[in-house]
Amino acid sequence: MRHFWAFLFLLVPILGVLTFLLAPYYNHAFPRDISEQGHVIDQLFMFILSLTGIIFVGTEVCLFYFMWKYNGQSNAEPVKYSHGSHTLEVVWTILPAVTLLFIAIYQMNAWADAKMRRPNVPVTAEVTGRQFNWDVRYPGPDGELHTPDDIVRVDGDIHFPSGEEVLLSIKSADVLHSFFLPNLRIKQDVVPGMQQYMWFKCREPKEVVDIVCAELCGWGHYKMSGRATFEPRAEFNAWLKEKAAEQNVRQVAQAKEEKKEEKK
Amino acid sequence: MSTITADAHVHSHDDHTHAGSFLSTYVFSRDHKIIGIQFLFSTLIWFLIGGLLALGIRWQLAYPWSSMPILGKLVYSAEGGQIAPEAYTMLFTMHATVMIFLVIIPILAGAFGNFLIPLMIGADDMAFPTLNMLSYWFMWPAFFAFGASFFVGTGPASGWTSYPPLSLTSEAQMFWLIGLTFVGVSSMMGSVNYLTTIIQMRAPGMTMFRLPMTIWGMFITAILQAFALPVLTAAGFMQLMDLKLGTGFFIPEGWSASNSLRASGGGQPLLWQHLFWFYSHPAVYIMILPAMGMVSDMLSCFARKPLFGYKPMVYSIAGIAGLGFIVWGHHMFVSGMNPVLGMTFMVATMFIALPSAIKTFNWLGTIWGSKIQFTTPMLFALSFVSMFIIGGLSGIFMAATPVDIFIHDTYFIVAHFHYVLFAGTAMAVFGAIYFWFPKMFGRMMNERWGKVHFFLTFIFLNGVFYPMHILGWVGFPRRLADPYHYETFRHLLPLNQFMTWCAILMVTTQIIFAINFFYSIFFGPKAGRNPWRANSLEWQAPSPPGHGNFDFQPIIYRGPYEYGSPEVDEDYYPQTTPPPTDRPLAVPAH
Repeated sequence: MRHFWAFLFLLVPILGVLTFLLAPYYNHAFPRDISEQGHVIDQLFMFILSLTGIIFVGTEVCLFYFMWKYNGQSNAEPVKYSHGSHTLEVVWTILPAVTLLFIAIYQMNAWADAKMRRPNVPVTAEVTGRQFNWDVRYPGPDGELHTPDDIVRVDGDIHFPSGEEVLLSIKSADVLHSFFLPNLRIKQDVVPGMQQYMWFKCREPKEVVDIVCAELCGWGHYKMSGRATFEPRAEFNAWLKEKAAEQNVRQVAQAKEEKKEEKK
Repeated sequence: MSTITADAHVHSHDDHTHAGSFLSTYVFSRDHKIIGIQFLFSTLIWFLIGGLLALGIRWQLAYPWSSMPILGKLVYSAEGGQIAPEAYTMLFTMHATVMIFLVIIPILAGAFGNFLIPLMIGADDMAFPTLNMLSYWFMWPAFFAFGASFFVGTGPASGWTSYPPLSLTSEAQMFWLIGLTFVGVSSMMGSVNYLTTIIQMRAPGMTMFRLPMTIWGMFITAILQAFALPVLTAAGFMQLMDLKLGTGFFIPEGWSASNSLRASGGGQPLLWQHLFWFYSHPAVYIMILPAMGMVSDMLSCFARKPLFGYKPMVYSIAGIAGLGFIVWGHHMFVSGMNPVLGMTFMVATMFIALPSAIKTFNWLGTIWGSKIQFTTPMLFALSFVSMFIIGGLSGIFMAATPVDIFIHDTYFIVAHFHYVLFAGTAMAVFGAIYFWFPKMFGRMMNERWGKVHFFLTFIFLNGVFYPMHILGWVGFPRRLADPYHYETFRHLLPLNQFMTWCAILMVTTQIIFAINFFYSIFFGPKAGRNPWRANSLEWQAPSPPGHGNFDFQPIIYRGPYEYGSPEVDEDYYPQTTPPPTDRPLAVPAH
């Protein structure tokens, strides 16, 4: 077959586009978005996907057409003795430049919302990455972190209030980690020695989602997972109260035991 | 532009070994061709090792915690062939390390740079032959250091980026850093040599704008290396000192991990990331620009048509190199770096897509109106263009900072750089081997098996790497020994198994290449000087060229892309053929 190679290359745009079209039907696309701000990122992704998709199909089909039409075995015309075209160069420099500049400017607002415009709310919790777990510290009734009434959990079961802005203070106790909530489209590396903030808002009333560590942190990196539970404020407060009581019981029990030992 | 810029004197060839012993001719050789071939063989062996490491990664992702057949029994016999999580971490660390530092960079600059630069510019050897020899032999301490690092503890396991503080908790990292330093020394010697050679030793008439694109790629790469590499070497020493001498460049105050408290502190882990990427981002262009050059040469030769837009191609290579120095921050959008900086780096990164786009359009322009000969090297060159489009476009997703928040450190980035580095550079290198093999060994490789090799590699590489985009779309993180214990990613296992089988078949396919390669060295049909009827200077030398390269003094009359010129009857017009006015008959000088 004379045009075998041209048609092989035509498979690239056909299968390439088909893969992206079919993937969502097999649940191989964005994980479910439960956040208030995540759709902005999804839309940007889809915008870039469609734009690059058009360029992808255009250039790949052009490559196929040239391979088919200018096949040395079938093309009887003499080659075009051309060293280039100034006009074309100018056109295909300015058009992509304008497009790229547009893409850059178009998304600045989303970036600023995600990483620069910290909401003016009290810190909901402090999350600390440590090999290989996510620890969480809630401020307790006095609303301040690092006071005796703090509620500390180290079992990777982290609760957040849904339907309101959550502000996290995040840091690392040892190496780099990355706090990644795929269902909320947020990710931030945590760096030892640096304190940072993250914010997000869950729009669903009740959800349980994965917390993923997305930065290599050692041999146990793969199992550094957590579960984030989003629940309405009332339930969240009740959970906090329950955990605070549990913590107190433990502390009291511990104190009693220590006393016993002293008596002995 | 026909002024003679190069020094016209013919070097006396006898000042370095003509009739030396076997050791000085083939082992400690100062001949650039032998050194190039030494680099080629060493890097191909490491290519095999890197490929097998990749299979280990793929096995674990397809059949987590199940014992790996054949290789697993050999390497992890204590675990019953099972890949332990620390072994998995070592696998992807060393896969990347080997492929980047011991395969791609040395095969482009070391093997092809060495072999082609003097031949293509019309010099009898490199400017500094002894330095050139050293640049190869300094790879050996690196080979040993990286090789030894496998056996220290569980091996280096901090990723090829060696981010502190994690990297400071591993003893094997010392060997890794020493290896890195030697690779750096070797590259530095090479780049100084290439720059001097290209600037000083061009044949009479070989102006800068008559250089083939391959040489432009090598030239700009050498500049990039000369300016960026010292930063990495310095940073590597700083990390070595943090590791061994108790300094604290990258260690924050009061830091401890793995039950060891470091007394020093006051450093910043992000500093390493800045220094590392200040080299390693230009390094990704070091890993693609020479390939782009070689592809341009192959495309023009087998399209039998001049390269479209030679000067814009040169300027866009230079543009990529220039912009390459101010985009390193796009590796650090979610690292904790000031988000305002993220915006600056985003704009710069968007613009680096521009010269790549210009190059792609010019490649398409080159095959427009041509007469394509579908030889094996041409197929690889065409696939470079096709695959580079994918790799280039997927870069735009990552340059977009808000989108990067989601896809950072997922398989989307893995797809992106494999499309650029494997489907791009490695395919270009395969093409270049088929293309310049007759010049290197004086014999042709088998075309039929070459095409089978191309076809299977092309199919399987897309089977491995294209679905990675889809994985990234789901947020599938890289570097996880077992991603399936997350509910979000559990359903991705079948797709991963498909990819793994494609990877196994792709590696198996390379047996065809290996047999073709070694068989052809000894039994391939003899090639003349110019089997592809190409224009550039190396094809006027004997195949293989003897010591001193040319058996005549090359004088250059035109650029290397005069295919289908109306001035002559043949469809090619070598750079050394005098114009018709100077001679009565239009016979190419062979």
